[in-house]
Amino acid sequence: MSGIDKENDLPLLIAEGLTKHYGRQLGCRDASFELYEGEVMAVVGESGSGKTTLLQMLSTQIEPSAGRVLYRMRDGAVQDLWTMSEPARRFLLRTDWGYVHQDPQMGLRMGVSAGGNVGERLMAVGNRHYGNIRATAADWLGRVEIPQNRIDDTPRTYSGGMRQRLQIARNLVTAPRLIFMDEPTGGLDVSVQARLLDLLRRIVSEMRIAAIVVTHDLAVARLLSNRIMVMKGGEVIEAGLTDQVLDDPHQPYTQLLVSSILPA
Amino acid sequence: MTAPVYNFAYLDEQTKRMIRRAILKAIAIPGYQVPFASREMPMPYGWGTGGVQVTAAILGPQDVLKVIDQGSDDTTNAVSIRKFFTRTAGVRTTTATLEATVIQTRHRVPETALNENQVLVYQVPIPEPLRFLEPRETETRRMHALSEYGLMHVKLYEDIARHGHIATAYAYPVQVDSRYVMDPSPIPKFDNPKLSNCAALQLFGAGREKRIYAIPPYTRVTSLDFDDHPFEPYRHDASCELCNATESYLDEVITDDEGHRMFVCSDTDFCEQRRAAGHGPVAARPQAEAAHD
Ligand SMILES: Nc1ncnc2c1ncn2[C@@H]1O[C@H](COP(=O)(O)OP(=O)(O)OP(=O)(O)O)[C@@H](O)[C@H]1O
Ligand SMILES: [Mg+2]
Ligand SMILES: [Zn+2]
Repeated sequence: MSGIDKENDLPLLIAEGLTKHYGRQLGCRDASFELYEGEVMAVVGESGSGKTTLLQMLSTQIEPSAGRVLYRMRDGAVQDLWTMSEPARRFLLRTDWGYVHQDPQMGLRMGVSAGGNVGERLMAVGNRHYGNIRATAADWLGRVEIPQNRIDDTPRTYSGGMRQRLQIARNLVTAPRLIFMDEPTGGLDVSVQARLLDLLRRIVSEMRIAAIVVTHDLAVARLLSNRIMVMKGGEVIEAGLTDQVLDDPHQPYTQLLVSSILPA
Repeated sequence: MTAPVYNFAYLDEQTKRMIRRAILKAIAIPGYQVPFASREMPMPYGWGTGGVQVTAAILGPQDVLKVIDQGSDDTTNAVSIRKFFTRTAGVRTTTATLEATVIQTRHRVPETALNENQVLVYQVPIPEPLRFLEPRETETRRMHALSEYGLMHVKLYEDIARHGHIATAYAYPVQVDSRYVMDPSPIPKFDNPKLSNCAALQLFGAGREKRIYAIPPYTRVTSLDFDDHPFEPYRHDASCELCNATESYLDEVITDDEGHRMFVCSDTDFCEQRRAAGHGPVAARPQAEAAHD
């Protein structure tokens, strides 16, 4: 796919040997990869294969048992995320990153209006002009195809698809460079899924956001991602360009996934 | 009569020392909520047991105590707390703001400017200003620790989105010394400016929630707002019908069975002092009647 110039760019994020044990249970072992600006990577695999564990280690929500995550900040400095101070890490999380949860209730404030949900990050970084915050929120609702006259309604009154789109707007309002998504289309009707995927694809490419998308659904991976990682039993067993891996899978497990013999 | 079974001011000395340590810590970190081992008091929580414990811990035999409830010294709540300390500490009590060395209050700050020899003790029902939007205690603590206060503005944003202006009228959030965001207890926002640069020490006690916090004398306290919706203290656009004050916070009271209303100072001592000094209703009463009083 276009838009990624690995020759001249340095990676945005580097994962090195990421490993997580939950007591004696393995969550994820030795995952390593590089992600470039504007690149979308899909993580696929069966239930329990370690996808969410990996995503949470990358987004600093759980601390790895081993390995590290390096991130290139806006000023160009490369930081080891787990040696950063907590305030700096949290600041990164709500400015330069986004995290879209499968369950929108986890990612939204259900008792706060849509405008307040989208405006929260702006207020968190010190925006103190109500009119500007509201105008920006209204603009973002438009961009995720939510009627602007719903700006003062809470997400409780929204459909599942609208909630998910609101969650996306809430995350993208600070123009992050990296967004994590865990099953963003899970639990939605097929037609609603298709609309959300179109929207995601358009916004991610327009804003040149890098994304790591966990999904069960190979169709989602094919539509959204440039690259793909296939996980099984906590390990990455195959990785490469999405089209190549899905058209010509090398691992027997990936072949089964692609031929839909395994429930992904 | 039997000898009192209480220690001075009801609490035992060890408990008072524990509360004083919490108070000292609170003064050292203005606006920060210090946990303390709140004790059972011989009154229900809604009656200001947090304020009563703070008062008990700081009271000395020479102190003069004033207790106000919504500006008045005469409500059941104020009277019973005053009685409680008369009985357990034997201290002198007063209704005159300037005579008091310790003032325990619920829902108001006195109109009369306080001085350096005074301590104002607030009764606090809910000390956590972030609670409204973030119920998780672990999360609100982290937000305070890291000064992540965007959420407070989300609350104000919601107000404006819903009502066209910041409709929060009581417990209007403040930031103390440019650091901790604090709930000033359910005082009207009219009183918020009095918190700033106040000569008296201000202590806040929440009994049920087991928290003490403080504003040391002469500390800057700002009310949160937006650039295009600045903080505005509110009072009824009227004057007190008893003392003609135009700058005091007014209560609207029903005066008879027909539902007639009038505005009077919420701070009863302030109103009485003004009347004693000769201030009266606008429409000057006949000479004879005035002389009669
Ligand atoms: N908090 C936890 N405590 C113990 N084991 C856990 C925990 N979280 C995950 N695991 C285990 O780690 C492994 C990987 O789980 P993970 O949630 O990462 O899988 P997943 O690929 O996201 O699965 P799914 O598709 O069902 O969401 C599984 O064996 C899981 O049971
Ligand atoms: Mg998962
Ligand atoms: Zn008056």
